[in-house]
Order: sequence, then structure tokens, then C-alpha cells
Amino acid sequence: MTRNPLLTARPAGRHALLVELPDAERTAAFHAELLRRRAAGTVPPVEEVVPGARTVLLDGVRDPEALARRLAGWEVPAGAADDGTVVDIAVRYDGPDLADVAALWGVAPHEVASLHSCRTYRVAFCGFAPGFGYLTGLPPELHVPRRATPRTRVPAGAVALAGPYSAVYPRSTPGGWQLIGTMPDPGLLWDPARDRAALLAPGTRVRFVAAEGAA
Amino acid sequence: MNARLTTVRAGALTTVQDAGRRGHAHLGVPRSGALDAPAMRLANRLLGNDPDAAVLETTLTGCAVRPDRAVTVVVGGAPCPVTVDGRPAPWGAPVRVPAGAVLDVGAVSAGVRSYVAFAGGIAAEPVLGSRSTDLLSGLGPEPLRDGHVLALGTPAGRTAPPVAVPWPGPPAELVLPVRPGPRADWFTPAALRTFTSATYRVSPHSNRIGLRTEGPALERASTAELPSEGMVLGAVQVPPDGRPVVFLHDHPTTGGYPVIAVVAEPALAAAAQAAVGTPVRFTPG
Repeated sequence: MTRNPLLTARPAGRHALLVELPDAERTAAFHAELLRRRAAGTVPPVEEVVPGARTVLLDGVRDPEALARRLAGWEVPAGAADDGTVVDIAVRYDGPDLADVAALWGVAPHEVASLHSCRTYRVAFCGFAPGFGYLTGLPPELHVPRRATPRTRVPAGAVALAGPYSAVYPRSTPGGWQLIGTMPDPGLLWDPARDRAALLAPGTRVRFVAAEGAA
Repeated sequence: MNARLTTVRAGALTTVQDAGRRGHAHLGVPRSGALDAPAMRLANRLLGNDPDAAVLETTLTGCAVRPDRAVTVVVGGAPCPVTVDGRPAPWGAPVRVPAGAVLDVGAVSAGVRSYVAFAGGIAAEPVLGSRSTDLLSGLGPEPLRDGHVLALGTPAGRTAPPVAVPWPGPPAELVLPVRPGPRADWFTPAALRTFTSATYRVSPHSNRIGLRTEGPALERASTAELPSEGMVLGAVQVPPDGRPVVFLHDHPTTGGYPVIAVVAEPALAAAAQAAVGTPVRFTPG
């Protein structure tokens, strides 16, 4: 069994392991490989598989130490980190921070829509609220800081940027991200009565489509 | 027709709880569920219910409800006076509440959370397989309000065997066995020693999301920002003020502050009953 030098399994109590990877791409690849092996029944039962920015938490594991030894021998193919689902999200690029983001990007406000909607994103992980996905896919030169002062209320459907991530707020909450647009039907993001409660689950690929009447 | 309960007095915070939601943490859905799960299960067993049938979880001040049909209940968890139409009734054992009578679950004499189980369980609409109220993300039934009506399920019709009830008392001192990790290496050696030797106290800012503590701040060896990562139940997260927070059932599924250690899950029932000011010690285990 070869030691996988790209993977650090950190203990997280008696029933969990936190697997750490060197970067977002390899985290995505490991997450995808883990889900494939889980579906194939070739890993011991895991109750929760929770990806993070550079980690994957495996919770509800009977013997974390034994699992850590097995993971060390895994070969993880790169570049196969999507689950096949592609979701299109309509956006009106009319957010209150559009001009600030345009200034940070060094472009005119009307160019934000095309720069944001011309690429495919991937849900790296969820958190903050049910149905809130952290989408990667923006190149480093388009990363923006959080707002210095968070808003006490960000409306449901707000399309937002912070650091390497894009996101859409599934419901109204406080938030510190830069708001560049609006998803007209945010109710699609989270519906626990639906078979797939979250529109955006880890691994889902996302395209933003600029809606008519964009600012 | 099953019985319905009308809330006469909602109390400080009364929620519906069962075993919680499993398997949805990757979507940002907390586990939720009864904080003192053994108390919920024992109360249910005393009624012949499924051990994970939905119950009411009260907070310090109890609650009062009026069933429209006769129903058998058990009040357990944190000890408290129990009355039916003002007459004293037993705590920790089945009580018959006649139709239209008021069951009053009084303020706790010790501990924090009492559990009120009803024969047949509470029949609130399940969300993702659970009837639990999740206060972090707002899933499940809303916390009780005065006048709020809840439906009950059909009693199983089983007679529960009489049990000599070993209800554990609320902790005078909360001793939490911890295993280091996943981010113990983000703290100084001195902080790691302080963590397992100092006495902390339960902070008044504790809730179903986390048991917050007051005590010596834990100094980090790394001041880097931790990218968001998955959090387990019982994780001891250390926010910028340095005071450990033990994640309870409504905890966020991902977080950005380092977790110094994880509390063994069986100890969390005692954490749920540790009143403000209770001494807390974290011990290797």
C-alpha cells in the first residue's frame, strides 16, 4: 500500500475523519472519487460526506483509523470532479455592489454580467444555510473581498461574490458578500419537499444565464 | 381521531424534537434532534412509544398544554413540578391527562431541558425525515407559541413494562471527555495544556447550537484563516475570543474556526442539562 502524500487524514472524534487536501481541485477530485466508491459499495459505510474548501469530512464511520489507512492507498484520478448535473440559473445583473465589483475587476459595470456568466462553476461545498452552495470557477483575478460592513439583510435570490466563491442566497439572511445580481425565482434553490431538496449540491455544475433586462 | 394539543403556555423555548435529520449535512442541514437524547428515549419507552417518537423539549421554564382527548404523558429530563389542572402529578412516570385538562410542566428545579412525551408521539409534518425544530436553519415546526395546536399520533397500544427509572441528575460539574483534533495543531502547547487543565463555566450565551464557555482564552499557534470545513457534533470550536464552544445538535455543518478537540457524543446529554455557571472540564478520553 502506497502512502498518498496528497492526503492528510485528521482525527475528528471517535467516529469521523477530516481528510485534508492541498487545494480546491484535488479536494473536488477526492470528493468525486469518494462518492463513486461509496456508490459502488467499496468503502465502509459513511453516514455523512461533507466537503469543505480543502477538506472532506467523513462522519459516522465505525473505525476511522482503519479507514484512514485505506485512504492512504487510494489513487485519485484528477479532473473528473463533477456529478454530471448541470444547472442553469437565470440572473438579472442588478445587484447594489455591481459598480464596486466592476471597479475591483477594472471593467465597466455592464461588463460584469458577461464576465460572470461566461463560465461554468462547480458547487465545492454547502453551508451557512440549507441550499447555500459555495461555487468555484472564478479565476483568481476576479476574486473580490467581502464587504467591509456586512448587510443586516441580503434578499433571497441575491447573486453574490466573496473570495474565490460565487453563491445565490436561498433566503433572506444577514451577509457580507458583494451582491451583483438577482435570481428571479430563488424558491428553486431549496425545497425540502422535493426529491432533490437542494438545487445546488456538492459536485453540481452551474451556469449563470444573464436574463433580459439586465442592468 | 387522534388528540390535539393546544399550547396554553409556550415557555421560554419549547420545540418539537426527535432523533433529528441524518445524511443531509453536505447540503448545509444540521442534524438537530433532542439535545438530551437519552432522556427523550426513556420518556418514550415509558409510554410504549418508538424511542425516537417526537417529543417536546422545554427550556428552563417548562410549558403547559391542553389535550382535547385523554392522553398519557411522561415528563422527564430536567426535574420539574408537574401538575394536571393544578393537582400535583408524578415526574418521570406516566401520567393520565383527561380531555380538556391542562398539563403544566413547571420550571426546572435543576438542569435545563425537560422532555414531554405523549403516547403516540407528536405528529408534526416531517421535513427530510424528521419532525425536529432546527433553530439554526429554520427547518421543522416553529417553536411553540401560545395558542399553537399540535396533532398527536396514534398510540401504539403497547403497555410499557414498569421500569425502575434511572434518570441521571443534571451535572454539578460537567466533565467532557475529548479527543484532540482535527485542528489541535493550530494551538500553542500552552493552550492545549490549559484546555484540559483549566475549569471553564457554562456561558449564558449557550443554546441549541453550542454550549459556550467562559474561562481562559486558548491561544492559537497559527493566525491563518481556516478555510471552511465540515464540523461534527461535539466539535469544540475556538472562535477569535479564544473561549471553547461545544457544538450541539443545531450546529452549522461547515465552519471557519479551528476545532481543537471533539467531545464524545454520549457526554453531550449532560452538556444539554448543564445550567449557566456550571463548571466545565475537558478531559482526555
